[in-house]
Amino acid sequence: MAYVSVKGGEKAITHAHQWLAEDRRGDQSVNELEVAQVREQLSLAVDRVMSEGSCYDRDLAALAVKQARGDLPEAIFLLRAYRTTLPRFGASLPVETEAMAVRRRVSAAFKDIPGGQVLGPTFDYTHRLLDFALAAEGGVAPEPAPQAEEPQAYPMPNIASVFRHEDLLEHDTRADEPAEPYDLTRQPMKFPADRDQRLQALARGDEGFLLSLAYSSQRGWGSTHPLCGEIRMGEVAVEFVPDELGFPIEIGEITLTECTMLSGFAGSAERPPQYTRGYGLTFGHCERKAMSMAIVDRALRHREVGEQADAPVQDEEFVLYHSDNVEASGFVQHLKLPHYVDFQADLQLIRRLRKEHFERRAALKEAAE
Amino acid sequence: MSTPVPARANAPERYYNYAYLDEQTKRMIRRSILKALAIPGYQVPFGSREMPVPYGWGTGGIQLTAAIIGPDDVYKCIDQGADDTTNAVSIRRFFANVADVATTEDTGEATIIQTRHRIPEKPLKQGQVLVYQVPQPEPLRGLEARETETRAMHAYEEYGLQYVSLYENISAYGRIAATAGYPVMVEERYLMSPSPIPKFDNPKMAQNEAVMLFGAGREKRIYAVPPFTRVRSLDFEDYPFETQTWEETCALCGAEDSYLDEVILDDAGDKMFVCSDSHHCAERRAAGHVGPMAGHTLDQDAALKEPAQ
Repeated sequence: MAYVSVKGGEKAITHAHQWLAEDRRGDQSVNELEVAQVREQLSLAVDRVMSEGSCYDRDLAALAVKQARGDLPEAIFLLRAYRTTLPRFGASLPVETEAMAVRRRVSAAFKDIPGGQVLGPTFDYTHRLLDFALAAEGGVAPEPAPQAEEPQAYPMPNIASVFRHEDLLEHDTRADEPAEPYDLTRQPMKFPADRDQRLQALARGDEGFLLSLAYSSQRGWGSTHPLCGEIRMGEVAVEFVPDELGFPIEIGEITLTECTMLSGFAGSAERPPQYTRGYGLTFGHCERKAMSMAIVDRALRHREVGEQADAPVQDEEFVLYHSDNVEASGFVQHLKLPHYVDFQADLQLIRRLRKEHFERRAALKEAAE
Repeated sequence: MSTPVPARANAPERYYNYAYLDEQTKRMIRRSILKALAIPGYQVPFGSREMPVPYGWGTGGIQLTAAIIGPDDVYKCIDQGADDTTNAVSIRRFFANVADVATTEDTGEATIIQTRHRIPEKPLKQGQVLVYQVPQPEPLRGLEARETETRAMHAYEEYGLQYVSLYENISAYGRIAATAGYPVMVEERYLMSPSPIPKFDNPKMAQNEAVMLFGAGREKRIYAVPPFTRVRSLDFEDYPFETQTWEETCALCGAEDSYLDEVILDDAGDKMFVCSDSHHCAERRAAGHVGPMAGHTLDQDAALKEPAQ
């Protein structure tokens, strides 16, 4: 009955989905996971799903993580497929990360920079030893971390403002009338990609893919010699100008991670030697992703600074076309759909070629004898 | 079966628009379809949306269907020629839920037929729309990986590389070795991928009465062949295009001229061949045609009457 199992049809699908729901729930003698628990205690999973899912909603992302049984690309896919149906009522004003209420802020470029180094809640400098106390039931609440004695600098200067008076670091000029940003969720990829399109693709891109690309660049495959100018994580206000009002109102607050990588540029006939930047920005706290994104962003700017480009990380079509894990995961896994019509066509050809091969061999053998 | 009754299109508990996509998106897709029909074989970039099925599983075809379907349509969905393959069942269910359409397995009765990898055996009629699911819309992609290059090649009608590749086939194998997704020339202008249909189906595209729409969701391209369009499979004068043929006939209905799937029956090399187009086969059997293994458990109608273990 092998054939029938391939042409399984309606009943098999329904039953498979029932089994899936059962497996998702796991052993029923164990308490069911609440969405709020995922949101509060698996918050970095939620952050990644919001980032690559391009949808800032902690509850929906937590639901997606629960529904996907912790499979984050699957959760990202769930969130994207929901997001895509939402009506769009407009674009917010650009968020000002300089005005971020910073929870973490470090720079590797200077021992101390204006505003200071703020470690914040980080895995850095923890020893990666399994904490068996966490495994014990009914853990006690962790002791609250001590408060700083002085409030933080606000606004917190960023690496660009530190360099501003010396022109050592390239800086952006602000357009008076910012152009409508390119939107990959509404327009297909186009090449050459401008900065907005590139950054959007990288922000939505798979963390693992960008991490490996950034790593390859560090190992000499299109090196940008990056230096971590600054990482900051915290809350920024989102402002929106409704048509009815004509002035900006604050519609909420989101957590962002921003990373600026610095990369030396020896200068050319037109441009003086200067530091160039790579930029990374994510929803939530996704530091690995933000740093990788900044390195890849800088590597893809090789044309602007006249660098030789022969590494994968510098190839815009290669990087941007293959970074989306919803696209990649779907297409790789579509190979488990039936292909027997094509396979039959192929089989026929191979059989014919084999037959001819043996006929030729036999003829040669006969001729030799 | 304990499938929950889905919410009807306009019921308050419906969380999604009719046919899933919002109306602005449908309008954008319809505009792309019109452009594609106006330039047969040209790949129109479009703002493909994330769909609730994975990329590579028919997102392009589903978006096309969602953009053109209405409550009066009769929808058929096939994969590998068959209505009962799992993904076809899943997509047909999707539209039955979100678009409240009647569904059918009858090729002649359908107004929209969505397909993956086949063109039905029964000739299509004026008024029907055949929606193809396309994994890779670019016929030249296997020869040139860069989209920037292939777009220029189409613009300049620069298809030499394709012919060289066919020629290399002949010098290596004595024939053009392409078996599925065999490239076609549309209206003597655009080289087009027919999607991975076997070349057996290629001749059905020429002068077809139906509208043929091709959707590639992941690659974000739509293209089309309007009714009564010239579609030519590439070949050489001394190596003319030829389709697959079988020494066997369909084991269930005895068809001699349909595309056959090979079904392995055991580990000892026994096999049978059956029509890939399940409706075509069923219709022939209902009309009294009998193949050498008629009544086999794979003959699902017969199996119903006499359930196997």
